[in-house]
Amino acid sequence: MHLGIFLEQVPDGNMAWWQMLASGLGWTLATAFFAWIMAFVLGSIVGVVRTTDNHWAVRIGDAYVELFRNIPLIVQFFIWYFVVPGLVLAVKRWVVTLDPTQHQFVTAVICLGFFTSARIAEQVRSGIQSLSRGQRNAGYALGLTQTQTYRFVLLPMAYRIIIPPLTSEIMNLIKNTAVAYSIGLVELFFRTREMAEMTFRYFDAFTAATVIYVVIALTANRVMALIERRLAVPGYITGGK
Amino acid sequence: MIGDLDFEVIGRSLPYLLRGLQYTVQLTVVAALGGTFFGTLLAMARLSSFRPVSLTAAGYVNLMRSVPLLLVIFWFYFLAPVIVQSVMGWERPPQIGAERSAYITFIMFEAAYFCEIMRAGIQSISKGQVGAAFALGLNYWQAMKLVILPQAFRNMLPVLLTQTIVLFQDVSLVSLLNVTDFVGASVKIAQRDSRVVEMYAFVAVVYFILCYSLSTLVKQLQRRIAIIH
Repeated sequence: MHLGIFLEQVPDGNMAWWQMLASGLGWTLATAFFAWIMAFVLGSIVGVVRTTDNHWAVRIGDAYVELFRNIPLIVQFFIWYFVVPGLVLAVKRWVVTLDPTQHQFVTAVICLGFFTSARIAEQVRSGIQSLSRGQRNAGYALGLTQTQTYRFVLLPMAYRIIIPPLTSEIMNLIKNTAVAYSIGLVELFFRTREMAEMTFRYFDAFTAATVIYVVIALTANRVMALIERRLAVPGYITGGK
Repeated sequence: MIGDLDFEVIGRSLPYLLRGLQYTVQLTVVAALGGTFFGTLLAMARLSSFRPVSLTAAGYVNLMRSVPLLLVIFWFYFLAPVIVQSVMGWERPPQIGAERSAYITFIMFEAAYFCEIMRAGIQSISKGQVGAAFALGLNYWQAMKLVILPQAFRNMLPVLLTQTIVLFQDVSLVSLLNVTDFVGASVKIAQRDSRVVEMYAFVAVVYFILCYSLSTLVKQLQRRIAIIH
Protein backbone atom coordinates (compact mmCIF):
# COMPACT_ATOMS: atom_id res chain seq x y z
CA MET A 1 0.00 0.00 0.00
CA HIS A 2 1.28 3.43 -0.91
CA LEU A 3 -1.14 5.87 0.62
CA GLY A 4 0.39 8.77 -1.32
CA ILE A 5 -1.63 7.73 -4.36
CA PHE A 6 -4.83 8.91 -2.68
CA LEU A 7 -3.41 12.43 -2.41
CA GLU A 8 -2.39 12.56 -6.05
CA GLN A 9 -4.44 14.67 -8.42
CA VAL A 10 -6.94 13.12 -10.81
CA PRO A 11 -5.54 13.74 -14.33
CA ASP A 12 -8.48 15.70 -15.73
CA GLY A 13 -9.84 17.50 -12.71
CA ASN A 14 -8.89 19.54 -9.68
CA MET A 15 -9.52 16.79 -7.17
CA ALA A 16 -7.35 14.23 -5.42
CA TRP A 17 -8.20 10.54 -5.71
CA TRP A 18 -9.46 10.36 -2.13
CA GLN A 19 -11.95 13.14 -2.92
CA MET A 20 -13.04 11.19 -5.99
CA LEU A 21 -13.73 8.11 -3.85
CA ALA A 22 -15.48 10.27 -1.26
CA SER A 23 -17.79 11.71 -3.91
CA GLY A 24 -18.51 8.13 -5.06
CA LEU A 25 -19.36 7.21 -1.48
CA GLY A 26 -21.70 10.21 -1.38
CA TRP A 27 -23.60 8.93 -4.42
CA THR A 28 -23.71 5.41 -2.95
CA LEU A 29 -25.21 6.65 0.31
CA ALA A 30 -27.63 9.05 -1.39
CA THR A 31 -28.89 6.31 -3.70
CA ALA A 32 -29.27 3.88 -0.83
CA PHE A 33 -31.04 6.47 1.33
CA PHE A 34 -33.74 7.39 -1.18
CA ALA A 35 -34.15 3.81 -2.35
CA TRP A 36 -34.61 2.74 1.28
CA ILE A 37 -37.39 5.24 1.90
CA MET A 38 -39.18 4.11 -1.26
CA ALA A 39 -38.62 0.43 -0.44
CA PHE A 40 -39.78 0.81 3.15
CA VAL A 41 -43.04 2.53 2.21
CA LEU A 42 -43.86 0.24 -0.74
CA GLY A 43 -42.67 -2.88 1.07
CA SER A 44 -44.79 -2.09 4.13
CA ILE A 45 -47.91 -1.58 2.01
CA VAL A 46 -47.40 -4.78 0.01
CA GLY A 47 -46.47 -6.72 3.14
CA VAL A 48 -49.61 -5.59 4.97
CA VAL A 49 -51.81 -6.30 1.95
CA ARG A 50 -50.50 -9.87 1.89
CA THR A 51 -51.78 -10.48 5.43
CA THR A 52 -55.33 -9.22 4.83
CA ASP A 53 -58.35 -11.44 4.18
CA ASN A 54 -58.83 -10.13 0.65
CA HIS A 55 -57.97 -13.10 -1.57
CA TRP A 56 -57.22 -11.04 -4.67
CA ALA A 57 -55.14 -8.45 -2.87
CA VAL A 58 -53.02 -11.25 -1.38
CA ARG A 59 -52.48 -12.74 -4.85
CA ILE A 60 -51.42 -9.43 -6.33
CA GLY A 61 -49.05 -8.86 -3.40
CA ASP A 62 -47.55 -12.33 -3.87
CA ALA A 63 -47.09 -11.72 -7.60
CA TYR A 64 -45.37 -8.41 -6.85
CA VAL A 65 -42.84 -10.11 -4.60
CA GLU A 66 -42.20 -12.98 -7.04
CA LEU A 67 -41.70 -10.53 -9.92
CA PHE A 68 -38.87 -8.64 -8.27
CA ARG A 69 -37.30 -11.68 -6.65
CA ASN A 70 -36.89 -13.81 -9.75
CA ILE A 71 -35.09 -11.44 -12.11
CA PRO A 72 -31.38 -10.65 -11.55
CA LEU A 73 -30.75 -7.14 -10.30
CA ILE A 74 -28.56 -6.17 -13.24
CA VAL A 75 -31.34 -7.18 -15.65
CA GLN A 76 -33.77 -5.06 -13.63
CA PHE A 77 -31.37 -2.14 -14.03
CA PHE A 78 -31.39 -2.67 -17.82
CA ILE A 79 -35.20 -2.86 -17.80
CA TRP A 80 -35.58 0.47 -15.99
CA TYR A 81 -32.79 2.17 -17.89
CA PHE A 82 -33.39 0.93 -21.46
CA VAL A 83 -36.68 -0.97 -21.78
CA VAL A 84 -39.12 1.27 -19.89
CA PRO A 85 -38.13 4.50 -21.72
CA GLY A 86 -38.09 2.48 -24.97
CA LEU A 87 -41.65 1.27 -24.50
CA VAL A 88 -43.35 4.20 -22.79
CA LEU A 89 -43.25 7.37 -24.83
CA ALA A 90 -44.08 9.64 -21.88
CA VAL A 91 -41.10 8.30 -19.92
CA LYS A 92 -38.83 8.75 -22.91
CA ARG A 93 -39.95 12.39 -23.30
CA TRP A 94 -39.20 13.03 -19.64
CA VAL A 95 -35.89 11.20 -19.62
CA VAL A 96 -34.43 13.24 -22.49
CA THR A 97 -34.95 16.41 -20.45
CA LEU A 98 -32.67 15.04 -17.68
CA ASP A 99 -28.93 15.19 -17.76
CA PRO A 100 -27.27 11.73 -17.78
CA THR A 101 -26.27 11.80 -14.10
CA GLN A 102 -29.82 12.68 -13.01
CA HIS A 103 -31.19 9.95 -15.26
CA GLN A 104 -28.82 7.36 -13.81
CA PHE A 105 -29.54 8.44 -10.25
CA VAL A 106 -33.34 8.39 -10.65
CA THR A 107 -33.16 5.01 -12.39
CA ALA A 108 -30.94 3.56 -9.66
CA VAL A 109 -33.26 4.78 -6.89
CA ILE A 110 -36.39 3.43 -8.61
CA CYS A 111 -34.77 0.11 -9.51
CA LEU A 112 -33.28 -0.52 -6.07
CA GLY A 113 -36.44 0.82 -4.43
CA PHE A 114 -38.67 -1.73 -6.15
CA PHE A 115 -36.13 -4.54 -5.78
CA THR A 116 -35.69 -3.95 -2.05
CA SER A 117 -39.41 -3.31 -1.45
CA ALA A 118 -40.21 -6.90 -2.48
CA ARG A 119 -37.77 -8.17 0.13
CA ILE A 120 -39.13 -5.84 2.81
CA ALA A 121 -42.68 -6.92 1.92
CA GLU A 122 -41.65 -10.50 2.62
CA GLN A 123 -40.21 -9.52 6.02
CA VAL A 124 -43.23 -7.40 6.99
CA ARG A 125 -45.59 -10.23 6.07
CA SER A 126 -43.68 -12.82 8.10
CA GLY A 127 -43.40 -10.35 10.98
CA ILE A 128 -47.16 -9.85 11.11
CA GLN A 129 -47.86 -13.55 10.68
CA SER A 130 -45.50 -14.41 13.52
CA LEU A 131 -47.80 -12.59 15.95
CA SER A 132 -50.38 -14.74 17.65
CA ARG A 133 -53.90 -14.69 16.22
CA GLY A 134 -55.06 -13.40 19.60
CA GLN A 135 -53.46 -10.00 19.05
CA ARG A 136 -55.57 -9.28 15.97
CA ASN A 137 -58.70 -10.62 17.64
CA ALA A 138 -58.02 -8.58 20.76
CA GLY A 139 -57.81 -5.48 18.56
CA TYR A 140 -61.15 -6.26 16.96
CA ALA A 141 -62.69 -7.13 20.35
CA LEU A 142 -61.70 -3.68 21.61
CA GLY A 143 -63.75 -2.22 18.77
CA LEU A 144 -60.81 -1.14 16.61
CA THR A 145 -61.27 -1.15 12.86
CA GLN A 146 -58.95 -3.23 10.68
CA THR A 147 -56.84 -0.15 9.90
CA GLN A 148 -56.61 0.77 13.58
CA THR A 149 -55.73 -2.80 14.51
CA TYR A 150 -52.80 -2.73 12.08
CA ARG A 151 -51.73 0.75 13.12
CA PHE A 152 -51.87 0.32 16.91
CA VAL A 153 -51.57 -3.42 17.56
CA LEU A 154 -49.97 -5.46 14.78
CA LEU A 155 -47.46 -3.17 13.07
CA PRO A 156 -45.75 -1.78 16.20
CA MET A 157 -44.92 -5.34 17.27
CA ALA A 158 -44.19 -6.65 13.77
CA TYR A 159 -41.68 -3.89 12.96
CA ARG A 160 -39.81 -4.53 16.19
CA ILE A 161 -39.61 -8.24 15.48
CA ILE A 162 -38.18 -7.74 12.00
CA ILE A 163 -35.45 -5.23 12.90
CA PRO A 164 -32.66 -7.84 12.53
CA PRO A 165 -33.68 -8.95 9.00
CA LEU A 166 -34.27 -5.31 8.06
CA THR A 167 -30.69 -4.60 9.14
CA SER A 168 -29.47 -7.19 6.64
CA GLU A 169 -31.68 -5.62 3.99
CA ILE A 170 -30.14 -2.19 4.59
CA MET A 171 -26.69 -3.69 4.20
CA ASN A 172 -27.79 -5.59 1.08
CA LEU A 173 -29.18 -2.37 -0.36
CA ILE A 174 -25.91 -0.50 0.19
CA LYS A 175 -23.97 -3.35 -1.41
CA ASN A 176 -26.45 -3.55 -4.29
CA THR A 177 -25.87 0.10 -5.20
CA ALA A 178 -22.58 -1.12 -6.72
CA VAL A 179 -24.64 -2.74 -9.50
CA ALA A 180 -25.67 0.78 -10.57
CA TYR A 181 -22.16 0.86 -12.02
CA SER A 182 -23.72 -1.12 -14.90
CA ILE A 183 -25.72 1.94 -16.01
CA GLY A 184 -22.82 4.31 -15.33
CA LEU A 185 -23.82 5.89 -12.02
CA VAL A 186 -20.67 7.42 -10.52
CA GLU A 187 -21.01 5.65 -7.16
CA LEU A 188 -18.20 4.23 -5.04
CA PHE A 189 -17.51 1.12 -7.13
CA PHE A 190 -17.47 3.16 -10.35
CA ARG A 191 -14.92 5.55 -8.89
CA THR A 192 -12.84 2.68 -7.52
CA ARG A 193 -12.59 1.07 -10.94
CA GLU A 194 -11.86 4.40 -12.55
CA MET A 195 -9.02 5.02 -10.12
CA ALA A 196 -7.65 1.50 -10.63
CA GLU A 197 -7.68 1.79 -14.42
CA MET A 198 -6.25 5.29 -14.61
CA THR A 199 -3.45 4.82 -12.06
CA PHE A 200 -2.86 1.06 -12.53
CA ARG A 201 -2.96 0.85 -8.71
CA TYR A 202 -5.60 -1.86 -8.60
CA PHE A 203 -4.54 -3.19 -5.23
CA ASP A 204 -4.66 0.22 -3.51
CA ALA A 205 -7.95 1.27 -5.04
CA PHE A 206 -9.72 -2.01 -4.31
CA THR A 207 -8.35 -2.17 -0.78
CA ALA A 208 -9.68 1.33 -0.11
CA ALA A 209 -13.13 0.36 -1.44
CA THR A 210 -13.16 -2.84 0.62
CA VAL A 211 -12.29 -0.93 3.79
CA ILE A 212 -15.01 1.65 3.10
CA TYR A 213 -17.67 -1.01 2.47
CA VAL A 214 -16.69 -2.92 5.63
CA VAL A 215 -16.88 0.29 7.69
CA ILE A 216 -20.34 1.07 6.26
CA ALA A 217 -21.52 -2.46 7.08
CA LEU A 218 -20.23 -2.25 10.65
CA THR A 219 -21.75 1.20 11.15
CA ALA A 220 -25.14 0.15 9.79
CA ASN A 221 -25.02 -2.88 12.07
CA ARG A 222 -24.25 -0.83 15.18
CA VAL A 223 -26.85 1.84 14.42
CA MET A 224 -29.57 -0.76 13.92
CA ALA A 225 -28.58 -2.56 17.14
CA LEU A 226 -28.94 0.77 18.94
CA ILE A 227 -32.38 1.36 17.41
CA GLU A 228 -33.39 -2.16 18.34
CA ARG A 229 -32.40 -1.61 21.98
CA ARG A 230 -34.17 1.76 22.11
CA LEU A 231 -37.40 0.34 20.77
CA ALA A 232 -37.41 -2.93 22.67
CA VAL A 233 -40.65 -3.70 24.51
CA PRO A 234 -39.66 -4.64 28.08
CA GLY A 235 -39.80 -8.35 28.74
CA TYR A 236 -40.85 -9.14 25.20
CA ILE A 237 -38.03 -9.26 22.71
CA THR A 238 -34.44 -10.17 23.36
CA GLY A 239 -32.45 -8.09 20.94
CA GLY A 240 -29.18 -6.24 20.45
CA LYS A 241 -26.58 -6.68 23.10
CA MET B 1 -42.72 2.82 -30.46
CA ILE B 2 -44.21 -0.68 -30.26
CA GLY B 3 -44.35 -0.80 -34.05
CA ASP B 4 -40.56 -0.58 -34.26
CA LEU B 5 -39.96 -3.68 -32.19
CA ASP B 6 -38.36 -6.63 -33.92
CA PHE B 7 -38.42 -9.79 -31.89
CA GLU B 8 -36.84 -11.80 -34.69
CA VAL B 9 -33.48 -10.74 -33.31
CA ILE B 10 -34.04 -13.32 -30.57
CA GLY B 11 -34.59 -16.17 -33.03
CA ARG B 12 -31.51 -15.17 -35.01
CA SER B 13 -29.24 -15.03 -32.00
CA LEU B 14 -30.73 -17.95 -30.06
CA PRO B 15 -27.75 -20.34 -30.45
CA TYR B 16 -25.40 -17.62 -29.15
CA LEU B 17 -27.73 -16.82 -26.23
CA LEU B 18 -28.05 -20.50 -25.36
CA ARG B 19 -24.29 -20.85 -25.22
CA GLY B 20 -24.28 -17.94 -22.78
CA LEU B 21 -27.00 -19.62 -20.73
CA GLN B 22 -24.96 -22.82 -20.73
CA TYR B 23 -22.00 -20.97 -19.21
CA THR B 24 -24.32 -19.43 -16.60
CA VAL B 25 -25.68 -22.86 -15.62
CA GLN B 26 -22.21 -24.42 -15.57
CA LEU B 27 -20.81 -21.68 -13.36
CA THR B 28 -23.84 -21.93 -11.05
CA VAL B 29 -23.51 -25.71 -10.62
CA VAL B 30 -19.75 -25.65 -10.07
CA ALA B 31 -19.97 -22.74 -7.63
CA ALA B 32 -22.85 -24.35 -5.73
CA LEU B 33 -20.97 -27.65 -5.33
CA GLY B 34 -17.63 -26.00 -4.55
CA GLY B 35 -19.31 -23.47 -2.30
CA THR B 36 -21.13 -26.19 -0.37
CA PHE B 37 -17.88 -28.15 0.07
CA PHE B 38 -15.78 -25.22 1.27
CA GLY B 39 -18.75 -23.71 3.09
CA THR B 40 -19.15 -26.91 5.12
CA LEU B 41 -15.46 -26.88 6.01
CA LEU B 42 -15.77 -23.20 6.98
CA ALA B 43 -18.81 -23.97 9.11
CA MET B 44 -16.91 -26.69 10.93
CA ALA B 45 -14.05 -24.23 11.41
CA ARG B 46 -16.42 -21.57 12.77
CA LEU B 47 -17.81 -24.05 15.27
CA SER B 48 -14.34 -25.20 16.28
CA SER B 49 -13.45 -24.74 19.94
CA PHE B 50 -9.93 -23.75 18.89
CA ARG B 51 -10.24 -19.96 18.87
CA PRO B 52 -7.69 -19.01 16.16
CA VAL B 53 -9.48 -21.33 13.70
CA SER B 54 -12.99 -20.13 14.52
CA LEU B 55 -11.97 -16.47 14.48
CA THR B 56 -10.21 -16.76 11.13
CA ALA B 57 -13.23 -18.46 9.60
CA ALA B 58 -15.60 -15.89 11.09
CA GLY B 59 -13.41 -13.04 9.80
CA TYR B 60 -13.41 -14.48 6.28
CA VAL B 61 -17.19 -15.00 6.26
CA ASN B 62 -17.94 -11.52 7.62
CA LEU B 63 -15.55 -9.88 5.17
CA MET B 64 -17.14 -11.64 2.19
CA ARG B 65 -20.62 -10.78 3.41
CA SER B 66 -19.95 -7.08 3.92
CA VAL B 67 -18.52 -6.17 0.50
CA PRO B 68 -20.50 -6.06 -2.77
CA LEU B 69 -20.24 -9.15 -4.95
CA LEU B 70 -19.17 -6.92 -7.84
CA LEU B 71 -16.11 -5.81 -5.89
CA VAL B 72 -15.27 -9.43 -5.05
CA ILE B 73 -15.58 -10.37 -8.74
CA PHE B 74 -13.07 -7.68 -9.71
CA TRP B 75 -10.78 -8.52 -6.77
CA PHE B 76 -10.45 -12.13 -7.85
CA TYR B 77 -10.12 -11.19 -11.49
CA PHE B 78 -6.93 -9.34 -10.61
CA LEU B 79 -5.76 -11.60 -7.79
CA ALA B 80 -6.45 -15.03 -9.32
CA PRO B 81 -3.32 -15.04 -11.53
CA VAL B 82 -1.18 -13.97 -8.57
CA ILE B 83 -2.72 -16.61 -6.28
CA VAL B 84 -2.27 -19.41 -8.83
CA GLN B 85 1.31 -18.27 -9.41
CA SER B 86 2.24 -18.44 -5.75
CA VAL B 87 0.39 -21.73 -5.13
CA MET B 88 2.01 -23.44 -8.12
CA GLY B 89 5.37 -21.73 -7.59
CA TRP B 90 5.53 -20.51 -11.18
CA GLU B 91 7.85 -17.77 -12.33
CA ARG B 92 5.19 -15.52 -13.86
CA PRO B 93 1.44 -15.21 -13.34
CA PRO B 94 -0.62 -17.34 -15.74
CA GLN B 95 -3.19 -15.86 -18.13
CA ILE B 96 -6.47 -16.84 -16.50
CA GLY B 97 -9.11 -14.56 -17.97
CA ALA B 98 -12.41 -13.46 -16.53
CA GLU B 99 -14.28 -16.56 -17.65
CA ARG B 100 -12.15 -18.87 -15.52
CA SER B 101 -11.42 -16.52 -12.62
CA ALA B 102 -15.22 -16.31 -12.16
CA TYR B 103 -15.21 -19.97 -11.06
CA ILE B 104 -12.73 -19.17 -8.28
CA THR B 105 -14.67 -16.01 -7.34
CA PHE B 106 -18.04 -17.66 -6.98
CA ILE B 107 -16.73 -20.73 -5.15
CA MET B 108 -14.95 -18.50 -2.62
CA PHE B 109 -17.82 -16.02 -2.33
CA GLU B 110 -20.60 -18.59 -2.04
CA ALA B 111 -18.56 -20.56 0.49
CA ALA B 112 -19.17 -17.69 2.92
CA TYR B 113 -22.96 -17.82 2.39
CA PHE B 114 -23.17 -21.63 2.37
CA CYS B 115 -21.07 -21.60 5.56
CA GLU B 116 -23.78 -19.72 7.43
CA ILE B 117 -26.43 -22.14 6.17
CA MET B 118 -24.40 -25.21 7.11
CA ARG B 119 -23.56 -23.73 10.49
CA ALA B 120 -27.27 -23.42 11.21
CA GLY B 121 -27.72 -26.97 9.91
CA ILE B 122 -25.02 -28.41 12.15
CA GLN B 123 -26.38 -26.50 15.15
CA SER B 124 -29.85 -27.87 14.46
CA ILE B 125 -28.62 -31.37 15.34
CA SER B 126 -29.21 -32.12 18.98
CA LYS B 127 -26.23 -32.38 21.31
CA GLY B 128 -27.33 -35.89 22.27
CA GLN B 129 -26.52 -37.16 18.79
CA VAL B 130 -22.98 -35.83 18.99
CA GLY B 131 -22.59 -37.41 22.41
CA ALA B 132 -23.99 -40.69 21.12
CA ALA B 133 -21.57 -40.70 18.17
CA PHE B 134 -18.58 -40.16 20.46
CA ALA B 135 -19.89 -42.77 22.90
CA LEU B 136 -19.89 -45.28 20.02
CA GLY B 137 -16.17 -44.59 19.64
CA LEU B 138 -16.36 -42.49 16.48
CA ASN B 139 -13.76 -39.75 16.13
CA TYR B 140 -14.60 -36.15 15.15
CA TRP B 141 -14.40 -36.69 11.37
CA GLN B 142 -16.38 -39.94 11.52
CA ALA B 143 -19.07 -38.35 13.69
CA MET B 144 -19.33 -35.43 11.26
CA LYS B 145 -19.38 -37.59 8.14
CA LEU B 146 -21.66 -40.38 9.35
CA VAL B 147 -23.98 -38.72 11.86
CA ILE B 148 -24.12 -34.94 11.82
CA LEU B 149 -23.52 -33.74 8.25
CA PRO B 150 -26.03 -36.11 6.55
CA GLN B 151 -28.79 -34.79 8.80
CA ALA B 152 -27.60 -31.19 8.53
CA PHE B 153 -27.70 -31.44 4.72
CA ARG B 154 -31.17 -32.91 4.78
CA ASN B 155 -32.50 -30.20 7.08
CA MET B 156 -30.84 -27.43 5.11
CA LEU B 157 -31.44 -28.73 1.56
CA PRO B 158 -34.27 -26.28 0.75
CA VAL B 159 -32.21 -23.33 2.02
CA LEU B 160 -29.14 -24.50 0.09
CA LEU B 161 -31.23 -24.76 -3.07
CA THR B 162 -32.81 -21.33 -2.53
CA GLN B 163 -29.32 -19.88 -2.13
CA THR B 164 -28.37 -21.63 -5.39
CA ILE B 165 -31.23 -19.84 -7.18
CA VAL B 166 -29.88 -16.54 -5.80
CA LEU B 167 -26.44 -17.60 -7.04
CA PHE B 168 -27.90 -18.37 -10.49
CA GLN B 169 -29.10 -14.76 -10.65
CA ASP B 170 -25.89 -13.31 -9.18
CA VAL B 171 -23.76 -14.99 -11.86
CA SER B 172 -25.16 -12.37 -14.27
CA LEU B 173 -22.78 -9.81 -12.73
CA VAL B 174 -19.83 -11.41 -14.54
CA SER B 175 -21.20 -9.80 -17.69
CA LEU B 176 -19.64 -6.57 -16.38
CA LEU B 177 -16.22 -8.22 -16.87
CA ASN B 178 -17.21 -8.79 -20.51
CA VAL B 179 -17.83 -12.49 -19.90
CA THR B 180 -20.37 -14.06 -22.28
CA ASP B 181 -22.80 -15.50 -19.77
CA PHE B 182 -26.53 -15.30 -20.56
CA VAL B 183 -26.71 -11.57 -19.77
CA GLY B 184 -23.31 -10.92 -21.37
CA ALA B 185 -24.47 -12.60 -24.59
CA SER B 186 -27.65 -10.54 -24.65
CA VAL B 187 -25.72 -7.30 -24.05
CA LYS B 188 -23.45 -8.05 -27.02
CA ILE B 189 -26.37 -8.86 -29.34
CA ALA B 190 -28.38 -5.87 -28.07
CA GLN B 191 -25.53 -3.51 -28.86
CA ARG B 192 -24.59 -5.07 -32.19
CA ASP B 193 -28.15 -5.06 -33.56
CA SER B 194 -29.41 -2.01 -31.62
CA ARG B 195 -32.21 -4.17 -30.21
CA VAL B 196 -31.86 -3.22 -26.57
CA VAL B 197 -35.55 -3.26 -25.64
CA GLU B 198 -36.31 -6.66 -27.18
CA MET B 199 -33.19 -8.39 -25.84
CA TYR B 200 -33.45 -7.22 -22.24
CA ALA B 201 -37.19 -7.88 -22.08
CA PHE B 202 -36.53 -11.40 -23.37
CA VAL B 203 -33.73 -12.01 -20.86
CA ALA B 204 -35.94 -10.82 -17.99
CA VAL B 205 -38.76 -13.17 -19.06
CA VAL B 206 -36.42 -16.16 -19.36
CA TYR B 207 -34.89 -15.55 -15.93
CA PHE B 208 -38.30 -15.09 -14.38
CA ILE B 209 -39.67 -18.34 -15.81
CA LEU B 210 -36.56 -20.31 -14.79
CA CYS B 211 -36.22 -18.89 -11.27
CA TYR B 212 -39.94 -18.98 -10.52
CA SER B 213 -40.26 -22.62 -11.59
CA LEU B 214 -37.18 -23.61 -9.63
CA SER B 215 -38.33 -21.86 -6.47
CA THR B 216 -41.77 -23.49 -6.80
CA LEU B 217 -40.02 -26.88 -6.99
CA VAL B 218 -37.95 -26.03 -3.91
CA LYS B 219 -41.14 -25.18 -2.00
CA GLN B 220 -42.65 -28.55 -2.92
CA LEU B 221 -39.46 -30.31 -1.86
CA GLN B 222 -39.52 -28.41 1.42
CA ARG B 223 -43.01 -29.73 2.16
CA ARG B 224 -41.99 -33.31 1.29
CA ILE B 225 -38.82 -33.57 3.31
CA ALA B 226 -40.01 -31.59 6.32
CA ILE B 227 -39.52 -33.73 9.43
CA ILE B 228 -42.61 -33.55 11.59
CA HIS B 229 -41.60 -33.31 15.21
